[in-house]
Amino acid sequence: MAVETLGAAPRVRVAPWNDPVVRGWAFQIVVVGLVGLLVWFLVSNTIDNLTNQKIATGFSYLNREAGFEIGDSMIAYSPASTYSRAILVGGLNTLKVAILGIILATTFGTLLGVGRLSPNWLLAKICEWYVEIFRNVPLLLWLFLIYKVISEAFPGPKQAISMFFGSLFLSNRGLYFPVPVADPSHKWMGVGLLVGIAGAVALHRWAKKRQEATGQPFPSIWAGFGVALGVPFVIWLLSGAPHHMSWPALKGFNFEGGIVIQPEFTALLLGLVLYTSAFVAEIVRSGILALHKGQSEAAMAIGLSRGQVMRLVLLPQAMRVIVPPMTSQYLNITKDSSLAIAIGYPDLVASINVTINQTGQAIENILIVMAAYLSVSLSISAFMNWYNKRIALRER
Amino acid sequence: MTDAVPVGERRQLAPPVLETGALGWMRKSLFSSWGNGITTVVLAAAVLWLLSWFLNWAVFTAVWTGESGQACLGHGACWALIHEKYRLIFFGTFPYAQQWRPLFAVITMIAMLILSSDRRMWNSRLILIWGIGSFVTFLLMFGQIHIPLSLMLFVALAAGGLGMILRNAAVAQPVEINGWRALAAIGAAGLALRIAGVLPAWSLAIAPFSYVETGLWGGLPVTLVLATYGLAFAFPYGVLLALGRRSNLPLIKGLCVGFIELIRGVPLISLLIMASVMLPLFLPSGTTIDKFLRAQVAIILFAGAYIAEIIRGGLQSLPKGQFEAADAMGFNYVQKTLFIILPQALRVVIPPLINTFIGFFKGTSLVLIIGIFDFLNTANQALVDPLWAGFPGEVYLFAAFVYFCFCFSMSRYSKYLEVELNKGTRR
Repeated sequence: MAVETLGAAPRVRVAPWNDPVVRGWAFQIVVVGLVGLLVWFLVSNTIDNLTNQKIATGFSYLNREAGFEIGDSMIAYSPASTYSRAILVGGLNTLKVAILGIILATTFGTLLGVGRLSPNWLLAKICEWYVEIFRNVPLLLWLFLIYKVISEAFPGPKQAISMFFGSLFLSNRGLYFPVPVADPSHKWMGVGLLVGIAGAVALHRWAKKRQEATGQPFPSIWAGFGVALGVPFVIWLLSGAPHHMSWPALKGFNFEGGIVIQPEFTALLLGLVLYTSAFVAEIVRSGILALHKGQSEAAMAIGLSRGQVMRLVLLPQAMRVIVPPMTSQYLNITKDSSLAIAIGYPDLVASINVTINQTGQAIENILIVMAAYLSVSLSISAFMNWYNKRIALRER
Repeated sequence: MTDAVPVGERRQLAPPVLETGALGWMRKSLFSSWGNGITTVVLAAAVLWLLSWFLNWAVFTAVWTGESGQACLGHGACWALIHEKYRLIFFGTFPYAQQWRPLFAVITMIAMLILSSDRRMWNSRLILIWGIGSFVTFLLMFGQIHIPLSLMLFVALAAGGLGMILRNAAVAQPVEINGWRALAAIGAAGLALRIAGVLPAWSLAIAPFSYVETGLWGGLPVTLVLATYGLAFAFPYGVLLALGRRSNLPLIKGLCVGFIELIRGVPLISLLIMASVMLPLFLPSGTTIDKFLRAQVAIILFAGAYIAEIIRGGLQSLPKGQFEAADAMGFNYVQKTLFIILPQALRVVIPPLINTFIGFFKGTSLVLIIGIFDFLNTANQALVDPLWAGFPGEVYLFAAFVYFCFCFSMSRYSKYLEVELNKGTRR
């Protein structure tokens, strides 16, 4: 009520230069004007410079032939492809590293964070020192160290270390391992895997509902794995169990056949995961420590095992503390994957850098990079915000 | 029952051997259950194996001195390489005979950082320390500093103006106020005369050493300068961005939010590449900006957005009553912010700010991508020598050790400070 009467009170007449509303707008107009002047200054300079130096503008270069090699590409690419294709290849590589990095760093970091709280003194100390060592040294240094050690300490292809009876080869060109020869059944196995995962999720929901209703537990995690992997396996059997493999073999100076994980990719992914998991571990640890001690005591008192206490009681609650800082770590992985350029992995920034050097069109290319990273960052933020809302404490 | 116990006294039994002391600790924290015991044994074996291998490589079979990489072949770690190249790693291509200058610059900067970490220094003394320290650092690095008259006048105007605002009549003696006014007046008048062309384009030259351009700087001083001054300059403008983001004025808020999110959404590398290839396009043709300065500007722009978000956290942690009370006292926005809000908000965010500094200390290593010789890049340069080819591990481990010493001590300090600053709020 008091607020309403205040709001309804007649406005006191003041001079315009003392009216906060007028002053606010005047200040805003001045600031925006200054920013506008700065932008105009920069833009006009840029236009002058571009015309003086006869640098082409516009995005038409995207359809021209790129003419450079890309070492690792998930889609068909050759130097005859266009610049836009080259940038797309780089972007996909960035996404690949980012997604794999996020998954692995979350898993490994969570294990480390839980390990730091272990009652086993030795395990806790090892995890603690891992965290301290990895987060106090620049990521770029880890990338260089891992990359140089792989490429200089491992032998060349001719003396490659052969493992598992000559099926795996480890050399400074990467890790070669056999893959099944492409078969029409693979597509259906992929579909089967998706169906299996959907089935596992449904099974888990059903098991949870039943346990809530009747109290009878059901090993839904193991059964879920069985369903998710079983469906593609059955499809594989039904299609006549094609077992032709492409084996890596030394031909000339390098291996042929099989599939290779390149040292650049390994170093980048390993460096990102080892570095970020140290930060993830700290986030997980502080999330668990933020819980009241009574939570774990109560859970143990009703007879849950240590694993169950962690999985069913502590982690779900700790999630509320963990998710917001974890989001920024995920964004960091995505942005840090741009360090790929330093060790020669062809990610988005590397593709763009070559394109800038070849075409001289810096502005357009930088705009593309910024737009790409911004959209990835914003989608990760949006997803994590949605997830955060889902797990947030339901308050009345 | 041979030893009789006096009536009314209980015999003091020692606790069981397995419950206290070293044995008790081991039983509790290493072998509390079968699973725990097995974990301990496996981990201990792994740690011992790794440690023995590492010590063997790094100490027992290591080569400490030598003429070239040949001396290290067939042995353990090649510390002879570090012994040979440590001056290149620490100071880069700075003229060899003059390398005592970057050494003292580094010592000055570390001394500045250590002095600023003492809470007793957190007052106007800090400004003095940083003013003198920065001057000494850059004088040592450049060798010669020319201070133009217009800059001196501008500084006088700014200092006088700030003094007039901050030390208003309520807290200062009239003599002091008049001093600030005089300073500002001299600055303003001088600047006006300088612009009108009455005063000549004179500059004060302080030139005790030979001039060394930034292109020759390298190693640890570069990393320290980029990180320290990156954050120092980003701080005031980060505060402004944070205040703008919390402001009620829609246009200001929109500008700040847009800028912060844009910068935080893109990697530092893209900003550095932008600074190195696009900045020359943005400026009037003919202007050239030093590459080092360009990287420094990119880092300042980048750091400001991150600092703004941290300070926003501090601003949000203040209860609304603080703002309302300041309003009720009749403070205007500047007074409210300077005297009530910021002192409390900044206090909360000092530990996370130190963590940001650690992040940027590590993050400056990215400048090697645009060809600046920071500490990591000079370590890379030590690997180029064909005489010493093939020992990247040693150089990177050495560099990692130096980074670790800096970052680890700062992170410990930030933890200590967090406890120290919260003493008042804990029981």
